[in-house]
Amino acid sequence: MTRFDAPVLTPGSPEEAVQAFGDGAGVTLIAGGTIAMPEIVHGRMKPQKVVLLRRSGLDKVSREGGKVTIGAAVPISELEQGDEPLATAAQNVADGEIRAQATVGGNLCAGPGRDTPRGDLQAPLLVLGAQVRSAGAGGERTESLEEFLAGDYRRRLVLDVSYSPADATGYAAFWRPHTHHYTILAIAAARANGELRVAATGVAPHAVRLSGVEQSGNAADALQGIEPPDDALASGWYRTQILPRLVEQALSSL
Amino acid sequence: MELTVNGVSREVQSPPLTPLLFVLRDELGITGPKAGCQQGGCGACTVLVDGEPRRSCLAPLAAFDGAEITTVEGLGTPEKLSTVQAAFHEHYASQCGFCTSGFLVATHALLESTKDPSCHDVEAALAGHVCRCTGYVKILEAVEAAARGDVGEVSTVTRPQEGQPEVLVPGSPA
Repeated sequence: MTRFDAPVLTPGSPEEAVQAFGDGAGVTLIAGGTIAMPEIVHGRMKPQKVVLLRRSGLDKVSREGGKVTIGAAVPISELEQGDEPLATAAQNVADGEIRAQATVGGNLCAGPGRDTPRGDLQAPLLVLGAQVRSAGAGGERTESLEEFLAGDYRRRLVLDVSYSPADATGYAAFWRPHTHHYTILAIAAARANGELRVAATGVAPHAVRLSGVEQSGNAADALQGIEPPDDALASGWYRTQILPRLVEQALSSL
Repeated sequence: MELTVNGVSREVQSPPLTPLLFVLRDELGITGPKAGCQQGGCGACTVLVDGEPRRSCLAPLAAFDGAEITTVEGLGTPEKLSTVQAAFHEHYASQCGFCTSGFLVATHALLESTKDPSCHDVEAALAGHVCRCTGYVKILEAVEAAARGDVGEVSTVTRPQEGQPEVLVPGSPA
């Protein structure tokens, strides 16, 4: 047995992908491969069965009645010119070659990295009030991204994510040198129908909404209920120092 | 499975989950793409997939059924360097050489799609590539020269004489 002996299924339609995934037991999903392949190459993940989503047809973007639906296998690069704050957040992911390969579904399901935060698209999709349609144990379900991230999201097959564009948006990310593929902290903000939504990447295992800021509209409340972790990129203390400033920056463009 | 590399169709036997990089290097002996970080962070393994630069360490062989792969070996030859290779040569844009094949194919793809790239275009196209020798200035100068077509006569590089070792510096990247 080598690291690469697991069988690879290549479903040719969304229905075949759902069938191949089943209840997800023993299945490793690969779309772009940017998260799973290093784990496999370096021996940290030993897949029993791989489902490759390249030809699954889950790579469509549609706009109907003011609602945007993005398939799980759409590459992140396709979002770079789309709706804010998703577009700016997409431009901030890694580099162009990675963005053309990495997909929306993988980014949404990216658990915390070993050393760094991941899942840069979670915060902008949280503030857009996104709904996630997924398959797995118990069948297909559609739920808010918050519910999805609070549940068994690492064992779901994302089919698509949908949202309605916001009236005003803001985004601020901590500066990232070109050799760092992950962002220390990023803030997404959106106002829709008079409601303010603000979310942060880099203060918890996955992106979270900043309820203090959402209620008061004040960046000084950014740390309410937030205890940022220490990791390879920054200490929790450092994050508490820069979080309110980034929130202020994101709110200033609303 | 069949894989088309540098215009030649090759039958490959590696398991379908094998990263393209290892198929190229270990099964086909095409060693231009380098195994650097092997986690998508350095750009040394970048090849062109249907003309687009992609990290070959990050996707399994099964994802490339029917794709046309171009490695640095497909850009030019030692006797007739491509414009980009000649510009890198003339501008000293390569030192240890480990990152160079990635920079060359990424630059080639940029100039195929953008005839007169701005500084920002060049930096964006090369953002995923790490060089620890040149400090990037020489590389950017070489890319600008290649974009202008300013490479004098297209250069050749000297090959070792018959009987001399192929690798002149022990331990240098193969």
